[in-house]
Amino acid sequence: MAGIEVTNLHKRYPDGTVAVEQVDLSIKEGELFVMLGPSGCGKTTTLRAMAGLERQTSGDIRIGTTLVNDLPPAERDIAMVFQFYALYPHLRTRDNLAFPLRAEGLPEKEVRERVAEASRMMQLDALLDRRPHRLSGGEQQRVALARALVRRPQAFLMDEPLTNLDAELRADTRTEIKHLQAQLGTTMVYVTHDQVEAMSLGHRIAILNKGRVEQVGTPLEVYDRPASLFCASFIGSPPMNLIEVEVSEGALRGPGGLVLPPPPGLPRDRTLVAGVRPEALEVTNAGTEGSVAARVVSAEALGDEIIYVLDHGGGRDLRVRMPPTARFATDDSVGLRHAGGTPPVYDLSTEELVA
Amino acid sequence: MGTVAAHGLRKSFGEVQALDGVTLDVPDGSFYVVLGPSGAGKTTTLRAIAGLEQLDEGSVHLDGRDATADTPAARDLAMVFQSYALYPRKTAYENIASPLRARRASSTEISEAVTKVSGLLHIERLLQRRPAQMSGGEMQRVALARALVRRPRAFLMDEPLTNLDLKLRVEMRTELTRIHRSLGGTFVYVTNDQVEALSMADRVAVLREGKVQQVGTPTEVYERPANQWVAGFVGSPRISLLACRAEGDRLVGEQGWTLPRPRWTTARDGHPLMLGLRAEDLSVETRSEASLPGELYGLEPLGDRTVVDVKVGEEMVKVKARPAVSGTPGERLSVAVDLDRAHLFDAETGLALSAPGR
Repeated sequence: MAGIEVTNLHKRYPDGTVAVEQVDLSIKEGELFVMLGPSGCGKTTTLRAMAGLERQTSGDIRIGTTLVNDLPPAERDIAMVFQFYALYPHLRTRDNLAFPLRAEGLPEKEVRERVAEASRMMQLDALLDRRPHRLSGGEQQRVALARALVRRPQAFLMDEPLTNLDAELRADTRTEIKHLQAQLGTTMVYVTHDQVEAMSLGHRIAILNKGRVEQVGTPLEVYDRPASLFCASFIGSPPMNLIEVEVSEGALRGPGGLVLPPPPGLPRDRTLVAGVRPEALEVTNAGTEGSVAARVVSAEALGDEIIYVLDHGGGRDLRVRMPPTARFATDDSVGLRHAGGTPPVYDLSTEELVA
Repeated sequence: MGTVAAHGLRKSFGEVQALDGVTLDVPDGSFYVVLGPSGAGKTTTLRAIAGLEQLDEGSVHLDGRDATADTPAARDLAMVFQSYALYPRKTAYENIASPLRARRASSTEISEAVTKVSGLLHIERLLQRRPAQMSGGEMQRVALARALVRRPRAFLMDEPLTNLDLKLRVEMRTELTRIHRSLGGTFVYVTNDQVEALSMADRVAVLREGKVQQVGTPTEVYERPANQWVAGFVGSPRISLLACRAEGDRLVGEQGWTLPRPRWTTARDGHPLMLGLRAEDLSVETRSEASLPGELYGLEPLGDRTVVDVKVGEEMVKVKARPAVSGTPGERLSVAVDLDRAHLFDAETGLALSAPGR
């Protein structure tokens, strides 16, 4: 087990394309660390540089205390998992698990020991003699995961391994990965563009944009206080409402009469944007104290919650998360009020968090 | 008028029975969503309605008239596909105008219709651009505008938002409901995304393996799923299902737990059942007489809530909790169950046992 340090990483391709502008990361030993960002943000290139599959233009990578810049992938003692490929259909579970170890040329005795250990950890003992067609979908994923893990490397690097699974299996496998990583305690770096996956898996998340790290934090830190407007709109669904505000009489005032509590230390003479999560707003009956008048543009009943889209004369519709028992309908005249804590505030010109 | 009805559609491709007796009644002016996983027969159903698929059996009625033998053009339906299929050399304006030109509309009519629909979709500033100069989201809007520029009998849409990123998809969901309301036409919309279905539909038909499982409003499908499969397909996180039997005034789980038996349970004692529990009807933060003993398996923070994974014996239960809930894997805990909101299914047929009053 080892932590991973990435310092001043820069990657430029011969054609001039810059995949990684500047990335610094300090991944702790035993951490499940997620790199999140849209396609082209540099997350996969950074991961591949850690694995040694891509040579950086400049910058250093350390695994544990070893500088690995000049080491080939095989000597870095890490396991790269691209996807949970399907199991070999003609092999029993035990041979599916043993396959990567035999391919590495390990002695058969050690192969058997490692398979037994992985099987115990993943509770596969009862399934060892079955072939894939006699396993349920969830069981197949557990076997696939165990097969990726029998090698016991210093760290696992995973590049969107769940992409090809359907929604149901993806959610199940996510749960299994997180549980297993907690049990093994092996450092894991996990790349995804899916914010739900990033939030639910990671101990910490790095959000990348245009080859730079915009924020590193725990899931709740990046959710509650996104470091930039980019992070604010990338994390959370529906995304944060971004409301242009002015400071007057000790409050943040948005268009349409909306009033928000101001954080301390606001800069002067800047155009400010407050970030308000849909659950920090509330739909009320029209005329309720502290509310502004609004109209329901649409009501999206998602089963365990309703997302209201409201027009409060502020130029831009706002999204509000309400419990499924709320009974407002499209075109209703309603009230809208703030029901959360102090919102994070951004400078519109730099797009960065200022208070 | 714009009613669309499909009666007993059957269609096989070789060995595969794609449609196995699909019947749908789409009311005039409704936003009707056909929801199902890939391979359910959604697209085949839509293509059959459009006249693009030869049926083995069954009929399609448009505005009450049998249109099974009509050509696609004679059916007067507009289709929007997942791929945008815009003419690459034409401007957005010309792309949108093309269905009207094909019908020899006058240039005044065309200009009025294009202006109106591009206002509705907020694409006025794109009209002189060609597809290569637009983003994916912009192209999808132009493709939608091209379908919406006419006033056909109904609009058929095949997963039009699939290729957009999450943020755009959320925005387009709202846009589509708004457009549907201002246009007032009949929308038949196919998707595998249950969030899309719940958020946009007046009515949802849930399809699986070529058979309709349930038709209802989004709330009905979520709160009163007709069978175990629908319960599992609709809702995220997925409903937790626990094997059990009724015994006297108790429900006894295969994993050793017991709960009070809901009074409405009609099942015979000893008959195998599945108890379905939605994450929001469970709690690890309150106490209750009705509770399941378990062990913390993991925490999945989502920002506005955290999903707590709890192992109850060998079975997994997902519980909705506050964002900042904490716990250590392996820790024993008790999951409070709101039995008034629980679902019971016959484990042999998968069918829901009726729950009166809901």
